[in-house]
Amino acid sequence: MPVESVYPALEPLLPRVRKPIQYVGGEVGSVTKDWDATDVRWALLYPDAYEVGLPNQGIQILYEVLNEREGVLAERTYTVWPDLEELMRTNGVPQFTVDAHRPVGSFDVLGVSFATEMAYTNLLTVLDLAGIPLFSSERTVAHPLVIGGGHAAFNPEPVADFLDVVVLGDGEQAVLAITDLIREWKRAGQPGGRDGLLLRLTTVAYVPRFYDVSYHPDGKISKVVPNRPYVPPTVSKHTVMDLDAWPYPRAPVVPVAETVHERYSVEIFRGCTRGCRFCQAGMITRPVRERSITTIGAMVAQGVAASGFDEVGLLSLSSADHSEINEIAVDLADCYEGTNVGLSLPSTRVDAFNVTLADELSRNGRRSGLTFAPEGGSERLRKVINKMVTEEDLIRTVTTAYASGWRQVKLYFMCGLPTETDEDVLAIAQLARKVIAAGRKTSGRHDIKCTVSIGGFVPKPHTPFQWAAQCEPEVVDARLRALGGALRADRAYGKAIGFRYHDGRPGQIEGLLSRGDRRVGAVILAAWRDGARFDGWSEYFSYERWQRCAESALATEPVDLAWYTTRERDYSEVLPWEHLDAGLDRDWLWQDWQNSIAPEGAAEVEDCRWTPCYECGVCPAMDTEIQVGPTGARLDGRRLLPVVVGR
Amino acid sequence: MPEPDPRSPQKPAVQHLVVRYAKRGKMRFASHRDVARAFERGVRRAGLPIAYSAGFSPHPKISYAGGAPTGVASEAEYLSLALTARQAEAQVCQRLNAALPDGIDVIDVTDPWGLPGGLGGEFPPEAGGSGGSLPRANSAFGHLEASEWRVVLPGVGSAAAQQAVVSFLALDEAPVERLTDKGVRRLDARAAVVEMSVITLDGITADPDGGQRAAVTGQEDCAILRMVVLHTAPAVRPEDVLTALRERNGIAASSPPLTTRLAQGSRALLTGKTLLTGKTLLAGEIGS
Repeated sequence: MPVESVYPALEPLLPRVRKPIQYVGGEVGSVTKDWDATDVRWALLYPDAYEVGLPNQGIQILYEVLNEREGVLAERTYTVWPDLEELMRTNGVPQFTVDAHRPVGSFDVLGVSFATEMAYTNLLTVLDLAGIPLFSSERTVAHPLVIGGGHAAFNPEPVADFLDVVVLGDGEQAVLAITDLIREWKRAGQPGGRDGLLLRLTTVAYVPRFYDVSYHPDGKISKVVPNRPYVPPTVSKHTVMDLDAWPYPRAPVVPVAETVHERYSVEIFRGCTRGCRFCQAGMITRPVRERSITTIGAMVAQGVAASGFDEVGLLSLSSADHSEINEIAVDLADCYEGTNVGLSLPSTRVDAFNVTLADELSRNGRRSGLTFAPEGGSERLRKVINKMVTEEDLIRTVTTAYASGWRQVKLYFMCGLPTETDEDVLAIAQLARKVIAAGRKTSGRHDIKCTVSIGGFVPKPHTPFQWAAQCEPEVVDARLRALGGALRADRAYGKAIGFRYHDGRPGQIEGLLSRGDRRVGAVILAAWRDGARFDGWSEYFSYERWQRCAESALATEPVDLAWYTTRERDYSEVLPWEHLDAGLDRDWLWQDWQNSIAPEGAAEVEDCRWTPCYECGVCPAMDTEIQVGPTGARLDGRRLLPVVVGR
Repeated sequence: MPEPDPRSPQKPAVQHLVVRYAKRGKMRFASHRDVARAFERGVRRAGLPIAYSAGFSPHPKISYAGGAPTGVASEAEYLSLALTARQAEAQVCQRLNAALPDGIDVIDVTDPWGLPGGLGGEFPPEAGGSGGSLPRANSAFGHLEASEWRVVLPGVGSAAAQQAVVSFLALDEAPVERLTDKGVRRLDARAAVVEMSVITLDGITADPDGGQRAAVTGQEDCAILRMVVLHTAPAVRPEDVLTALRERNGIAASSPPLTTRLAQGSRALLTGKTLLTGKTLLAGEIGS
């Protein structure tokens, strides 16, 4: 059955909306396939605006992985801004893909990548515009399967009613396995209908409908159990074990519109075992798996030539921790000498940055921003969160940066961490002063700057802090005000220190959505019906709305907003995500939590890359292992990079 | 600004090419900045030896003549490229087209400052800036004094349009307001209009842009205006002229008008021509 483009109906609306270019597709690297020549069709949704969603690595990778397969089609779709949403509703234009402007409701799968919980209401907008029933239970074989993935999907319970399937962990192999199961089921004549397909998918993914949650009278969860035979009691995450075998994206989609990241990004490793207790990404993506310098070089050569980007981002959770990061930086800078292609490390640990990296990142005279994340202002607090960075580390690192020509560094902190006091937050002002003093001394200049960026801490599932009480937004705001005052009051340094902060209230709603259970779905639905859109954007977010909707939607339950956020959990409580297995040993997480708040001071956890340790449980549980170099290989610019621009 | 890093001196430009390109189909929704981004990436994908500015954030030396507004298609946009090694114009045209998104289409590439026969030679400093820097826009694009536009007005009858055009041309001035990012701007839409008429085409399905709307416009009246508008400061756009026609003559399209810049050139080149067919206009035989 041919599926027609909705573009003729969309096009007259575009002159009436902001930045229409984001809705037209046609980007270099985008793919359109003959609908009828394929039998499994994915619409990949990043539930935020195009400008944020387009550069998303997860979507870019899966788009290529799926489109490379014969008979499989993948197109992209994003949340439209409210101006176009309103026009689409008035004119009956459904949610569309930007590639061929096909209606999302016609696809076999709507795959949703959740990088943040604040995008949940945008999912509902997309489902509604696509004509897909909001509730999984109301969908038929005529509707796409709605599959969620991404980091937030490690606790999908708040959106469990809206999703048919949830994939935990790495998506590359999982999407292909799901594709095969869908194809077999279609070819067999759709045996068992939609439930028949969902049952087949329980072998690779989580199907929320097949689990029942029961509650104690006090509101805590009593148990989560499968409600039909052959459904496993727990679901494990997927782990890609050889990143060199999955060198994606090879030729990313290059936007015409402006987007938040304008670079060719290559993931140099996946996973992180530094053990920062607040960091969900570092817990759920274990173990560390490095991509080899050789594959990284080949991907960069191909990716830069195919995209025309002038910046290469070496991505990971902590890029300077790659066992051959210096060689990668030196060799890539050699290859691109004189071409105005620059390197950036979007995520760099304070204690892993060094002179070599500083030199190579600025070799072409181009200096992208440098951001370091001490996270906590005082040494005591940094021990609590197991971010073992000393003040000396930080001063040494920023001195290196200022000495290498950077005039500005950004320092990222969190506010509201467990055991935090007002003094811990005020210590950030002291630290910033020392940074400026050291920078002025080393550079001999008075115009250097440092920006302090700070946001409220949100406890996340599958981390040692999953049991912690989230700090009240009022307390976060008071501490941020005090810090801002201390920075501004400083005559000698105040003008050299920038201050950016996010107030505590959105963080509380993020906390509700992060650690919520299935009852929170009613809050999300109420907020969306009340007009909630783009909740990750401060100009759209309304705390008052969420507070009101939480109150009304949870009115008949023994729980409320505070119960989900500012309440500390105890060891025995069944957490909403406990049937979802990231491989982490529950007792190890609990002990780490206890260690962090021990009255005698927090105990340090070592990184298992350098001190063998299997205590977190991931490798034995998931049958995985650490993959780190060094490989000893080097990149040869002339042989490796045949297409060198500008020579 | 900090001094340039001595380890990566930028190579000087030795050739400046003028590129005429079109903004067609879906790409008419690209803004000036979107088009600039596409060209910066396009020249790198094409492997052209583009010159870069000096400093800590070097950027490719591409300079743009005033671009058609977002949502407006064009067959006659201009930019100039500064290259560090001489290239054959035809090859640059071909390589750029292979590297750019469909709809941002290079029509031709010329080397107005090159020596006859393309034998090389330095870019003459008197033509704009010294030391191989890019010619300023007014020297590279100084001859672009006016634009010829075609505006398709769905839902407007030709007779009504004809009447409106006649009464507009009889005006001494036609003050209109346009909402910009910086607030309301007042303009005289009449002063910049040199010519305006209602034209007929055999059917706009041949148009790479109008084809998108053929299904809509085929159902109803559809007047087509041709106008020649001077490049004044502040710039008067076809939409300003349409505002005047709407406010004074009640001419209002049933769906957003489809506007296409057909040509840019000197006032003399663009005016006083006999009526051309759509096909001829699209082939780009005038104004370049």
